[in-house]
Amino acid sequence: MSDGWQALLLTAQLAAITTAILMIIATPLAWWLANTRSPFRSPIQAIVALPIVLPPTVIGFYLLILLGPTSTLGGWWVQLTGSTLTFSFSGLVIASCIYSLPFAVQPLQNAFEPLGLAEVEAARTLGASKLDAFFSVVVPMSKPGFINAAVLSFAHTIGEFGVVLMVGGNIPGETRLISIAIYDSVESLDYSTAHTMSAVLLVLAFVTLFGMYLFNRRKAT
Amino acid sequence: MSLPLRIRLTLPRDSFRLHVDLELAGQGITGLFGESGSGKTSLLRCIAGLEKVGDGHIEVGGETWLDTDAGIDRSPHERSLAYVFQEPRLFPHLSVERNLHFAAKRADSSGVSFDHVVELLSLKRLLQRNATQLSGGEAKRVAIARALLRSPSLLLMDEPLSSLDAGKQRELLPYLDRLQADLTVPVIYVSHSIDEITQLSDQLVVLASGEVQAVGPLQDVLLRTDIELLGGAEAGVILETERKDYDDQHRLTRLQFSGGDLWVSADVVSARPRVRIRANDVSLCKTRPVHTSILNIVPVVVEEITADGDASVLVEVRAGSDHMLARITRRSLRELGVAVGSQLFAQIKSVAVRNSAVSL
Repeated sequence: MSDGWQALLLTAQLAAITTAILMIIATPLAWWLANTRSPFRSPIQAIVALPIVLPPTVIGFYLLILLGPTSTLGGWWVQLTGSTLTFSFSGLVIASCIYSLPFAVQPLQNAFEPLGLAEVEAARTLGASKLDAFFSVVVPMSKPGFINAAVLSFAHTIGEFGVVLMVGGNIPGETRLISIAIYDSVESLDYSTAHTMSAVLLVLAFVTLFGMYLFNRRKAT
Repeated sequence: MSLPLRIRLTLPRDSFRLHVDLELAGQGITGLFGESGSGKTSLLRCIAGLEKVGDGHIEVGGETWLDTDAGIDRSPHERSLAYVFQEPRLFPHLSVERNLHFAAKRADSSGVSFDHVVELLSLKRLLQRNATQLSGGEAKRVAIARALLRSPSLLLMDEPLSSLDAGKQRELLPYLDRLQADLTVPVIYVSHSIDEITQLSDQLVVLASGEVQAVGPLQDVLLRTDIELLGGAEAGVILETERKDYDDQHRLTRLQFSGGDLWVSADVVSARPRVRIRANDVSLCKTRPVHTSILNIVPVVVEEITADGDASVLVEVRAGSDHMLARITRRSLRELGVAVGSQLFAQIKSVAVRNSAVSL
């Protein structure tokens, strides 16, 4: 089972790093989407939502090309680090960020939208700079949105399969995530290992979502 | 701080163009009066830096906040101002006390004492409450206190009474009166209610379709009956009076102004109440009427007669050093032989005095 634990730990690591990066990227993006009147709003919104509807293999395929050593980004990474982005943990982080982006952006955007600019303007006229107003008013007022975004990004990253299979492959300790380990066990007819790993994942997912909804309900009442 | 406020700006709007060029006294309350949609709120937002102004110049307390020619456009938080919005806009995640501290912490100078402001608006009991647990009137008081704690060089108030029902308005008014007496910071106070604005303002700006129609000391501007908003049924003046004695038997209060005495049936608490007298409530007589039910009769001298509709005229009269308006028919004008300089008596049918100052 040490192989399973390694896969689980790697998955948790990937999900944690992805969630942290996504919170940094998604917060300004969601704020912009919630408040802009720019004509680019709708196309950007659509691009952000694409991973929800596209088959993971399609995303995986494009990412494989984008991150591969022959592309600009992939080639630049090889020059910089000496290794390729594809079939590496770093590549998985980039892929996961793109794949889970809508799950971070949408809850945040939903939290920001009803907020409007009223309280922000109040804060601005009370001497708060834009950044000050954001952290002292917007963030605490949208706390449930931040928690939802973090939980969903984390959970969704744990659950990914198709994208990571295409971009990362199955290298133990580097790209062998829990979902891939389960697939691998099933392929080799090792059902007992698949059972254990699946059950652990099922319980983890349930507890996480249950905790989030419980928190949201407390907040609402 | 008595450096004047200079505000010049142009802002295109959907239905009109806001265009003002004002120089206002750097103290007291400036009433910004106009109908809904006349650009009052837009003007406040421009002053606060919440609207992008393409062409303008704003100078407050000797500091330039906006000068589009010189490329100066300070952010709202770099302008020493506080803004009381139509809605309270309290921070719902903070207690009342922490809402107040939000402003106090970011104040430019520690000019205002926290305890004093809490006392002024009677907030001590509410401090620990959550901002979402307040009534409309309470939330407004917190919003005003929060604005004061910013220690601004200019206080902007946008219809502070508008979102409240009549009862809540009466509850808040005494606080505004105390503010007027207590404040040293200049205030721009927006309202579409002539009663509200005449009670509080020292000077008045009348705005219509984005253009300034009149600006000046309150009493002077109220005599500008050529302005549509100040003519008609609402035409009238404000008298500054002093409360004298109370007739317990008849339940009347005697108020003194420069032209004589006024008896009002309200139990006036304020020592220096402002009363409002509408032109429609004033009639003119050649001799002092004796057999009349009207209590308030003062000698006056006719100063000016202006046309007002087909059948009536507005007569501006002087009583002591104060001015009043009387609306009379053209026929009465001819039959009484009223002319500039005529010495007459004004019968005042009704005196509106807001019984506002509460004993606290």
